[in-house]
Amino acid sequence: MNVLLFAGLKEKIGDSRVKLPVEEKITAGELRELIYASFPQVEGDVFQIACNEAFVKDGHLIESGDEVALIPPVSGG
Amino acid sequence: MKQYEITEEPLDITRYHSYTINESQGAVCMFTGHVREWTKGTRTVYLDYEAYKPMAEKKLAEIGEEISERWPSVITTIAHRVGKLEISDIAVVIVTSAPHRSDSYRANEYAIERIKEVVPIWKKEIWEDGEEWIGDSRQYHSSLEGNQS
Repeated sequence: MNVLLFAGLKEKIGDSRVKLPVEEKITAGELRELIYASFPQVEGDVFQIACNEAFVKDGHLIESGDEVALIPPVSGG
Repeated sequence: MKQYEITEEPLDITRYHSYTINESQGAVCMFTGHVREWTKGTRTVYLDYEAYKPMAEKKLAEIGEEISERWPSVITTIAHRVGKLEISDIAVVIVTSAPHRSDSYRANEYAIERIKEVVPIWKKEIWEDGEEWIGDSRQYHSSLEGNQS
């Protein structure tokens, strides 16, 4: 599963996208834990999860073909 | 131009302004947000904006829909620039037109507040002695009171 990264998360992880070893489905909450486990450098960083360009809650089931992105606190304007 | 747009190009505000005008609209409110050099005594050298562009444009359009629900006669257009922005460059333009001024003012302020809440755009401040992605509007340079990072 490919996950898009932005802003501080992108810099800390060192790439604008990462591939995670997820074969099929995963909840957004499980994805969050997997990110923290895979990238200890972002421990404590808060982010929301977007699936197919919409914010989703932790219980949302993400499918392998979905476009997934981690959204740190926004600061536009 | 697109009605809801993320762009690397300088924002031509007259085009967005013109977009909202028709024979029913008697009031046009235009907000432009600019790069500020001085924030509570700390000097910003420049800003670097990044966006999750397709989602950001989608969220801008959703804000326009929210405005239409609250103020049905308002016409809205919003554009946000990304990339490296120098001092006083325009980062965001929001234009809201309405038959009468009250709705255009209210809708315009609503839009900028919502942008700061839900649109995936990030600002990195570059200072003379460092840089930082800004996580929310309360986080500025670490020398400032109230910094939470």
